[in-house]
Amino acid sequence: MSEHQLIQSDIALSAEEIRQIDVELAHIPQKSGAAIDALKIVQSQRGWVSDEALVAIARYLDMSPEALEGVATFYNLIYRQPVGDKVVLFCDSVSCWICGCDGVKQKISEKLGVDYGETTADNQYTLIPVPCLGACDKAPVMMVGDDLHTNLDDQKIDQIFAKRTGEGEDC
Amino acid sequence: MENVLIEKVLTRNIGPDQTPTDMAAYEANGGYRALHKVMAGMTPNDCLEVVKASNLRGRGGAGFPTGMKWSFVPMGEKCTPGHKYLVTNADEMEPGTFKDRLLMECDPHQLIEGMILAAYTIEADRSYIFIRGEYVVAIERLEQALVDCYKKGYLGENILGSGYDLEMHVHTSAGRYICGEETALINALEGKRANPRAKPPFPQVSGLWGRPTIVNNVETLCNIPHIIDRGAEWFQSLGIGEDSGTKMFGASGHVKNPGCWELPMGTPIREILEQHAGGMTDGRKLKGFLPGGGSTDFLVEEHLDLPMDYGSIGAAGSRMGTGTMIILDDKTCPVGMVLNLIRFFAHESCGFCTPCREGLPWTRQVLEDIEAGRGRKEDLDTLVRQVKYIGSMGNTHCALAPGAMEPLQSALKYFQSDFEAHVEQGCCPYAADMKAQDITTVQGERA
Amino acid sequence: MPTIYIDGTAYEVDEGKNLLEACLNLGLDLPYFCWHPSMGSIGSCRQCAMVQYQNEEDTRGRIVMGCMTPVTDGARLSLQGETASEFRESVIESLMLNHPHDCPVCAEGGECHLQDMTVMVGHRDRNYRGKKNTHRNQYLGPLINHEMNRCISCYRCVRFYRDYAGGTDLAALASHDHVYFGRHQDGVLQSEFAGNLVEVCPTGVFTDKPLLNDYSRKWDLQSAPSICFGCAVGCNTSPGERYGKLKRIQNRYNQQVNGYFLCDRGRFGADFVNSDTRLNFAGVRQEDGSYQAIKADDALSQVASFCQQGTVAAIGSPRASVEANYLLRRLVGGIHFCPGMGGPERTLVQQVADILSTTRAISPSIHQIESADAILILGEDVSNTAPRLALALRQAARNKALELAAKMRLEPWMDAAIRNLSQDQYSPIFIAGVNQSRLDDIAETSISLAPDDIARLGFAVAAEISGNPIPNLSMDSLDPGLRVLVGIIASALKAAKNPLVVSGTSLLNSAVIDSATAVAEALANSTETMLSLSVPECNSLGVAMLDGGEGIGFDALVESVAQGNIDTLIVLENDLYRRAPTEEVDRLLGNIKQLVVLDSLDNATLSKSHIALPVATVAESEGTWVNSEGRAQRYYPVFIAEDDRLASWQWLSELGQVLGLSGFNELQHFDQVEQACSQDIAALSEITAAAPDHQFRNRGLKIPRQPTRYSGRTAMRADVSVHEPKQPVDEETPLSFSMEGLSVGLPSSLMSYNWSPGWNSNQSIQKFQDEAGGAIKGGSAGVRLIASGEGVDAEFAPDAFQSSDSERLLVPVYRVFGSDELSYQAPAIAELAGDAQLILNSDDAGKLQVVDGDGVIVSMQGRAAAEGSVILEVMVDGSLANGCAGFTAGMPGTESLVPGAMVILQKANDWQRRKPQLIATDNPSSNPNAPSSGSYGVQTGVSYV
Ligand SMILES: Cc1cc2nc3c(=O)[nH]c(=O)nc-3n(C[C@H](O)[C@H](O)[C@H](O)COP(=O)(O)O)c2cc1C
Ligand code: SF4
Ligand code: FES
Repeated sequence: MSEHQLIQSDIALSAEEIRQIDVELAHIPQKSGAAIDALKIVQSQRGWVSDEALVAIARYLDMSPEALEGVATFYNLIYRQPVGDKVVLFCDSVSCWICGCDGVKQKISEKLGVDYGETTADNQYTLIPVPCLGACDKAPVMMVGDDLHTNLDDQKIDQIFAKRTGEGEDC
Repeated sequence: MENVLIEKVLTRNIGPDQTPTDMAAYEANGGYRALHKVMAGMTPNDCLEVVKASNLRGRGGAGFPTGMKWSFVPMGEKCTPGHKYLVTNADEMEPGTFKDRLLMECDPHQLIEGMILAAYTIEADRSYIFIRGEYVVAIERLEQALVDCYKKGYLGENILGSGYDLEMHVHTSAGRYICGEETALINALEGKRANPRAKPPFPQVSGLWGRPTIVNNVETLCNIPHIIDRGAEWFQSLGIGEDSGTKMFGASGHVKNPGCWELPMGTPIREILEQHAGGMTDGRKLKGFLPGGGSTDFLVEEHLDLPMDYGSIGAAGSRMGTGTMIILDDKTCPVGMVLNLIRFFAHESCGFCTPCREGLPWTRQVLEDIEAGRGRKEDLDTLVRQVKYIGSMGNTHCALAPGAMEPLQSALKYFQSDFEAHVEQGCCPYAADMKAQDITTVQGERA
Repeated sequence: MPTIYIDGTAYEVDEGKNLLEACLNLGLDLPYFCWHPSMGSIGSCRQCAMVQYQNEEDTRGRIVMGCMTPVTDGARLSLQGETASEFRESVIESLMLNHPHDCPVCAEGGECHLQDMTVMVGHRDRNYRGKKNTHRNQYLGPLINHEMNRCISCYRCVRFYRDYAGGTDLAALASHDHVYFGRHQDGVLQSEFAGNLVEVCPTGVFTDKPLLNDYSRKWDLQSAPSICFGCAVGCNTSPGERYGKLKRIQNRYNQQVNGYFLCDRGRFGADFVNSDTRLNFAGVRQEDGSYQAIKADDALSQVASFCQQGTVAAIGSPRASVEANYLLRRLVGGIHFCPGMGGPERTLVQQVADILSTTRAISPSIHQIESADAILILGEDVSNTAPRLALALRQAARNKALELAAKMRLEPWMDAAIRNLSQDQYSPIFIAGVNQSRLDDIAETSISLAPDDIARLGFAVAAEISGNPIPNLSMDSLDPGLRVLVGIIASALKAAKNPLVVSGTSLLNSAVIDSATAVAEALANSTETMLSLSVPECNSLGVAMLDGGEGIGFDALVESVAQGNIDTLIVLENDLYRRAPTEEVDRLLGNIKQLVVLDSLDNATLSKSHIALPVATVAESEGTWVNSEGRAQRYYPVFIAEDDRLASWQWLSELGQVLGLSGFNELQHFDQVEQACSQDIAALSEITAAAPDHQFRNRGLKIPRQPTRYSGRTAMRADVSVHEPKQPVDEETPLSFSMEGLSVGLPSSLMSYNWSPGWNSNQSIQKFQDEAGGAIKGGSAGVRLIASGEGVDAEFAPDAFQSSDSERLLVPVYRVFGSDELSYQAPAIAELAGDAQLILNSDDAGKLQVVDGDGVIVSMQGRAAAEGSVILEVMVDGSLANGCAGFTAGMPGTESLVPGAMVILQKANDWQRRKPQLIATDNPSSNPNAPSSGSYGVQTGVSYV
């Protein structure tokens, strides 16, 4: 890789991203140690980690793109494909399953017109299953963006995604 | 209710409305008293002795005595120069487990105080809270609590004038169940793929960045301030049976009042299920339960009178695990439940060792066939063989896969007829019941 | 020695081993995948399971991994018991879930470790009814084919590629049963050791792509023990032939030299043997420059008549055998023998030969190099000039980790644990070169200096260690930063138990070599010190030892010919245009009356010959080469040379006989030649010990070149004649061109290929070693000809380099793909090599206003622009030493450039940019062979889906 290209990909990280990554680097003895933090930082800014972003992060951390790709593709919550404005993390683990989450999932799929791994046509939501969200006493549960929604049933789903059926604002 | 005298320790700041406890409220209720006490004149070894004497056992699932674990850390001269690390395992992804979230969201300072004390005991100068990224609220509150602690001089350089320095950081995970395994967690903290490490060497001597490291569960560490503050004997006296202290117990599934409660170690299962969880929801009967999260063996009706302590549950063929029970009722398909669990474990396998990486998906495929009515008689033999192949410690590189096999192996024992019925009838006998409560088996369609 | 009990039998085993090694060493078959003797254990495949019992009463026991469990005295184990064998079968069974069972079309078939292990555990029936996972394969360049569906996720590939060889562009991606081993995007694997993946992978994920294009199975290949021609390391190889074509090169284990690994120049460069430009018949040059084929006998008599018409001189070759060079020298006499290297090169190689036999330091084998715990590299870019040596240095860097591990009582095979413990701590390595090197990632310091300054740095270190001043070097004259570095290097080397100094001839600067020697000598006062000096070619040292400095130098020869003192010149396997500047060679060849050239491939020198004699390559002839360690090693013909090709030694032997020269009647056979050489040349007196002579028999039988399963021998020529010809008879060596005979219990120098019942892959080598990863039973092949001496006095330090404003010092920069003459003729290597380049640092590039891919005119000082200038493509390398300009040494287009000359650089304004080169890019779009889309074949992104 020539220097020319190197500079190009460094530019791909924003000043804010670099600032945040540097904060993490301050307490980590090896640059590559900030790999996950850096991926999450970039993802928090851009929604997902594109190939270009991945290469830029790798360069910044003195890693090969392969090494970083190995990390990025290991973790469930690093998105290497574009996702919608909000990710719906739907818990399909055991307690939620016992409490009927499969039916709720169907309801969501009908409502949003997407299955797992898909993004709504308006790019608002991406539906992804997630392992046990640690709220089993309020099963079934899911997260929409940063918000936890508990004791889900059809009505709750209608409320949460109200705007999509023209019934008011989404919560 | 008899147990009016139950002393709330871990949850004393947690009210029914679960409002968070801030620095002022925490201190007002005796918070950081232990920290002051230690910084004013206890040596690391003093602390270690108290924790050892308390008989505190790790609340992360394996129940390893905490004091003993700490005692393996090379101390003083015996330690080569460099950092030592204390890490809180706040990954909590074991299906059916929801206790650490509560402790962190509602009383973050309790954990932090426990961490400072633990770090001091092992002479660590750096500490991390490794927390799953989905715990947005807990992360926010912990971050705030850290800021407050640094301000107060509870963290940072020369804590309370003692000359002891400690840094603390929150590391949010990018999501993998295997990160809860302590050596995988260490790899994740190093920014790597979270494959578990080979042991020995144990993290206590070579962990994060090759340096001595202690990893403890959230609940384990939350106990520390109280043990230091009130002594080992007091702590021991909290437990009803063999084990010391209180424990966060929980129940989920079709019980009337699912939830999480702090109760003495050794509280009988029946009491938890019937008094605290309110018994089964109307119209459903107990079929079985996993006593401590998704990787523990089923127990059934006959075990209800056992006390929840490590020894008793172990003797009954299961594990206390995380102490949060998952209740299976008679209208929910046990094969479906095991399938759900195996699907989770197969997906969460890190892919490092063969039996887990390949064996779990195969097990999942067989269970899918059975659940969907495509099962054959010999499939049950295959399952038995898979349990044998994957299910023993040592067969795999880490404990994920053996844990994954626990519900299956005990389901084959207690619910064999259910498996057979699926095969014989060519369908799921519970389908109608589950349909009635709007549970459709979409799960079979996803792989 | 601990005693362990396996299935009730007591065995004494070595301490510090794991159970898997112990079992293999005992000759017990315990299957495994992820463990590798050079890479240790990680415990991922779970194939090597045994049952361990706590005591005699324990009847259940528990499963342990052989590779992860240290032997302990009194341990009770079961290998054959049901629990263990059932478990091992289950492991194979589950590995097979996603394996495609495509053995009949798989390039690994017949030498597949997975096949072997499957048979070994007895797994047969398929119970899984689900679908198999499939992956998209990647384009990995012209050398390696990728077929991910065959993967069993043993992690060996990435462990070799990253951990062992320091590569970065291959990694484990994704997780659970989607784990994928590949690159971030399609593209050429960048490591020069990538080819080892072919052997490291226990199944057919990574296979030899050139072989795949014209495929034969291992059992159909005829092989013989051979030596790599690619550089002076002398790795041992096992080439495979069928239908008269050299199909592939595999590693041939030699614990002291290459161990289990080769570099890609050696593995894939041997394709030159199949080149279209090979000579098949002797030829006489016609007026128009074309050649008329003539019979061998006629050619010989014509050469003889040349020789009888006046004075004959000869130019030998550092890539020809000792035997051929010896005969040539004997034909023309020592003073008319030019050892075939350009002026400076010859001096330097001779200097190395002299130093190695006089210094108190040891000339280490590659294996010994791995024991170094502090290393100073002066001016030799070993990654490009002696790649296998660089790989050894990488292992040496890990001695620090092993030391830390030992303190924690971790055994060296506990690979993962040790890597976690040591993180990025390495034994100290200091590198001074003209530009960056591929070892910089493990170096404590890597510094770019002009050659004379590298020498001054070396001398300063020597002075610092010994306390004795070096003439012409005052410490105060050093730059303060350098002065500090000198102190650090000196104390690191002094503190080491096994310090190593590495240098060599490649910068063509004798002071650099002297300075390295001075450091080694200074250290040798107190410790056993290693001094590894690289020389350019596979037999550079052999020729230098043969010549002993007596022969005529190249420049003197040119003069002598110009003065008409010499009439006939015989050139042995040597393209002189690679040895000296074009004008000088033109002058030599223009003045000579009769030129005879013996070579295998067409080249510029051969095109000027009056008579050309076709010679057999390393793959078709026998011979001995002396590597840079001073180890003489024998290679054998893998197959019979076609048409009139003969081994050079045979042409020369026959020529001597035709000429009736005295003694040549007793030089008709290879062994006779070698005998004579060992008697005549004191330095080579031990050479006959390199391998057994032709009379050697293995229990009365010759040694087969063909495996017992070799198929189609009767049908191979059926299109020509249904009568099977008699197999050729090999009178020169103990090997036979057949499958009859015994291939067990052989001396290592005669092992053609590895095979043992049940072990069809190369991993069968463990059956022939005295212990896993140890020497072949009976000793490693080859013989060391050089022993340490009494010591060498330090030389003068050169003056400090003065950079000039207008001129740049021309320094050679080597390329593993491209700098070597023969491998460049292999199409796959040529594809990777690209074109010659001029290397500039960023400052100079800025001044000239050029970027990568632009053209620059290089004019030699004092010469008219028209005759002395070359236009080269620019590559900017920020690390190049100030005042220097590098050129890709040995690559076509650089013949007229003289290292060490001062040159004037100018931007070439009418330069046509070429397409981006394959090697320099990750981007498959620039590569016409690559599939169009990037990224790899498992699902990326939302990984839960
Ligand atoms: C697959 C796997 C997942 C685990 N997940 C968690 C977890 O989420 N939280 C936790 O505290 N311990 C978890 N553990 C247990 C830890 O490895 C470790 O034993 C524990 O953090 C030690 O803390 P303790 O001694 O305080 O219990 C897990 C273990 C395994 C094998
Ligand atoms: S059992 Fe093996 S594959 Fe499974 S999570 Fe543990 S190490 Fe990874
Ligand atoms: S060889 Fe032992 S686990 Fe792979």
